[in-house]
Amino acid sequence: MNRVNDFAFKIATANGTGSASANGLIMQAIFRMGVPVTGKNVFPSNIQGLPTWYEIRVNKHGYSARTPEFDLMVALNAATYAKDVAEVRSGGWLLYDSSWPLDDKLHRPDVTYLGVPLAEMCNAAFKGVRERILMKNIAYAGALAALLQMDADVIRQLLKEKFGRKPALMDSNQKAMDLGFDYASANFPCPLPIKLEKMDATKDFILIDGNTAAGLGCVYAGATVGAWYPITPATSLMEAFRNFCQKYRVDPETKKNRFCVVQAEDELAAAGVVIGAGWAGARAFTPTSGPGISLMNEFIGLAYFTEIPTVIFDVQRTGPSTGMPTRTQQGDLMMCAYASHGDTRHICLYPSDPREAFEMAVASFDLAERFQTPVFVLSDLDIGMNDWIVPKLTWDDAYRPDRGKVLSADELETAKNFYRYLDVDGDGIPYRSLPGVHPKGAYFTRGSGHNKYAAYTEDDVEYTEVLDRIDRKIQRAARFVPAPIVRKAAGAKMGLITVGGCHAACIEALDILAKDGVAIDYMRVRGFPFGDDVAAFIEAHDVTFVVEQNRDAQLRSLLVLETGIAMARFESVRYYGGFPMSAHHVIAGVKARLEKAA
Amino acid sequence: MTYIPKPKVHHPALQKNAIGLTRRDYEGAITTLCAGCGHDSVTAAVVQAFWDLAIPPHTVAKLSGIGCSSKTPAYFLRDAHGFNGVHGRMPAIATGANAANGAMTFIGISGDGDSLSIGLGQMSHAIRRNVNLTYILENNGVYGLTKGQFSAAADKGSTSKKGEANTMQPIDGALLALTLGATFVARSFSGDKAQLVPILKAGLAHRGFAFIDVISPCVTFNDHEGSTKSYAYTREHNVEIVSADFVMPAEAITADYESGTLRKVMMHDGSWVTLRKVAEDYDPTDRDRSYQFIREAQRKGEVVTGLLHITPDSADMHDQSETVETPLVQLPYDQLCPGNDELQKLQQRFR
Repeated sequence: MNRVNDFAFKIATANGTGSASANGLIMQAIFRMGVPVTGKNVFPSNIQGLPTWYEIRVNKHGYSARTPEFDLMVALNAATYAKDVAEVRSGGWLLYDSSWPLDDKLHRPDVTYLGVPLAEMCNAAFKGVRERILMKNIAYAGALAALLQMDADVIRQLLKEKFGRKPALMDSNQKAMDLGFDYASANFPCPLPIKLEKMDATKDFILIDGNTAAGLGCVYAGATVGAWYPITPATSLMEAFRNFCQKYRVDPETKKNRFCVVQAEDELAAAGVVIGAGWAGARAFTPTSGPGISLMNEFIGLAYFTEIPTVIFDVQRTGPSTGMPTRTQQGDLMMCAYASHGDTRHICLYPSDPREAFEMAVASFDLAERFQTPVFVLSDLDIGMNDWIVPKLTWDDAYRPDRGKVLSADELETAKNFYRYLDVDGDGIPYRSLPGVHPKGAYFTRGSGHNKYAAYTEDDVEYTEVLDRIDRKIQRAARFVPAPIVRKAAGAKMGLITVGGCHAACIEALDILAKDGVAIDYMRVRGFPFGDDVAAFIEAHDVTFVVEQNRDAQLRSLLVLETGIAMARFESVRYYGGFPMSAHHVIAGVKARLEKAA
Repeated sequence: MTYIPKPKVHHPALQKNAIGLTRRDYEGAITTLCAGCGHDSVTAAVVQAFWDLAIPPHTVAKLSGIGCSSKTPAYFLRDAHGFNGVHGRMPAIATGANAANGAMTFIGISGDGDSLSIGLGQMSHAIRRNVNLTYILENNGVYGLTKGQFSAAADKGSTSKKGEANTMQPIDGALLALTLGATFVARSFSGDKAQLVPILKAGLAHRGFAFIDVISPCVTFNDHEGSTKSYAYTREHNVEIVSADFVMPAEAITADYESGTLRKVMMHDGSWVTLRKVAEDYDPTDRDRSYQFIREAQRKGEVVTGLLHITPDSADMHDQSETVETPLVQLPYDQLCPGNDELQKLQQRFR
């Protein structure tokens, strides 16, 4: 059995020991070899000492969903040995640190054990506790390089790029790499049947996580104010924004910043800062996760009712409550769609990978300003924090921000009158004035009942008129949110709808099912409110599978509520245990329905 | 809040300020607060202060939270953008608006419920950030709109309209602001316009967070005997320690004071605040001693008023964030977007 460029392995360590950089190095080396690769970091909500895993899937076809089938386990954490040994597929390999004997009870006859004395070698070769621990990681990367046939030149080049300016570090890393490589080469039949061969499939791709891409999107969209309260897994989005701003947004002469980041006292304040900045005319955003959205609910309603552009990134994690902060889920679909008390409905965008996170970050500001309303970008931990291979980002230099209907000083000067909430154009979108621009633009923004002239009201007709216009405005946005991605299968009578990061698992599952003769049309919704095409897709199929990562079938609920199509027309397929969805989840859900029907 | 516009017709003989506007140009809608409400006097002082300073009304952003106090921005500066947000969270909105457009003048009106209970965290953190905002806490010790519950500012032993005594310690906004490092802390009385107007002007000229606690009696729910936030009690126990006189930039200081009691403080915009010490040995730039002085006076049952503390040259949020001089909202897009060439260059990092 030879599995070239098609296998998965997993590295079990304790967090805070420096394994992340070794794992990143392995990922990057495979990527540089031109081979499609995905990495999933499975980490604890902890700083140091708890189990952490890194899963790497190599797939020449480009399938990037998580796979729970591991051909090789690098088991370096004694605390999780038993679990890690059990996860290796039958016929697979297990690499362990043979500096210490392995418990006999952990022996599996169907697994090949590869003992590498990592600690012994590193203790002999390096001085100081810290360096010995760190270099153990590079040493296992070296062993993997031999076992999986990684390109030595690529690794050398990567180390040079990383440590070029620090020769001492460069030397010890190369030394550790060689220790592992030489030991594996001398003691095992390298390479293993699971191995790498150079391809040319990643040339026009980059390796990037969704939070970095989204933060970069905010820079390109022209956002100037960011407010946040640190929360896993959204933190790195604001850090990315700030880093990119420090690179691109510092006035070359004065060295002053063309941006302002406010680390707020909580998510409530973060939302308030964004609303204040949006009101004043800046493109402003806040990245958060589910618990933050819960706190922001009051402010979200204010922005909806006062019609202030607001961009909120929800990098979803598992709920309810604190849930599992370092595990992924799509548990906020319902909450974001209708956040806050009273009648509300919000524009939502659903990226499926970091590239879309970049693009939708930009689109979110245009939509927020065009429709003068909060816009949610619902990413998740898997998209936000893991490295994905995506096509290179491109930028159209002709792009100009869509500021929507903002009146200039000249327009206000010559206008007969200005009323903030008057539907002048009949599209439900009123004209907006910015503070400080012109006395005629002044009006009173209030979350309390107001009429179309922006005056306080408790009159039922006046109040209803404004509320209904806002509803029309948001409904109109369905035509402007990113259109669904559709993939047709010849003769398909069944459909499948999914959202966000489930995309990779669904595509892989549908390909496998197609080989078994099961034809299913595919749709991935990318925006809310849904356009007419979504209802038409459901109507066109006998049954529509709805694949998502939450317990309560929230996407299905949204589809039923928003299209009015009966629940019985849907078949829900869910996985919500905290890992990214895998193809087998989708296949199992589809097959269960087929068996039921048969 | 209810809204009754005022007619804009002016008497031609009305006095005009430096930019040709009359006091009427700084007014807003007719108040719907109770007759005699302290807040209306604060509104009148705000109108006077802005008129005196000749600030163009449309360059002002006036913000508030929820409650009786928070209605007042509707009653002044009709040509300014107003924002009546959510309860206790005006500071966050003001912070964001200020981040976006630091060139505007920001005034926030809050109350003791809005600031000291639901909004305590937000107020504290706006102080901590030193947002350039004149923050008026209209303090009446009571929840008016919900009809007479004690607020966190109610003094221990002070009685409600129904005669019930408050048993809990009050949160004193001015003392809190001092301990949080507020760079401008004042306390005044809505019934003392002569004191309040110069304090407001100094607060508006101060670059940073200007905290102004204004005892502003609630005539309907907290103006009875037994209340420590009534007109009568405040008049009787009010002790002024530092009176502020505000002098515009380039204006000569002509007021005649006894020598040795004067202290001039230059503000960020070149204007001067002249502090006349009424109490001996009081130094409004010495935070620790200010705190001690106010505590001691409190023990004697005195309500200390005046400009209690000032740090004249503090770094506000923009100074600390090192933002450009041009308001962020006015930056052209080509100064914000790095463009495609840079994007392609950057992506080498992700290879």
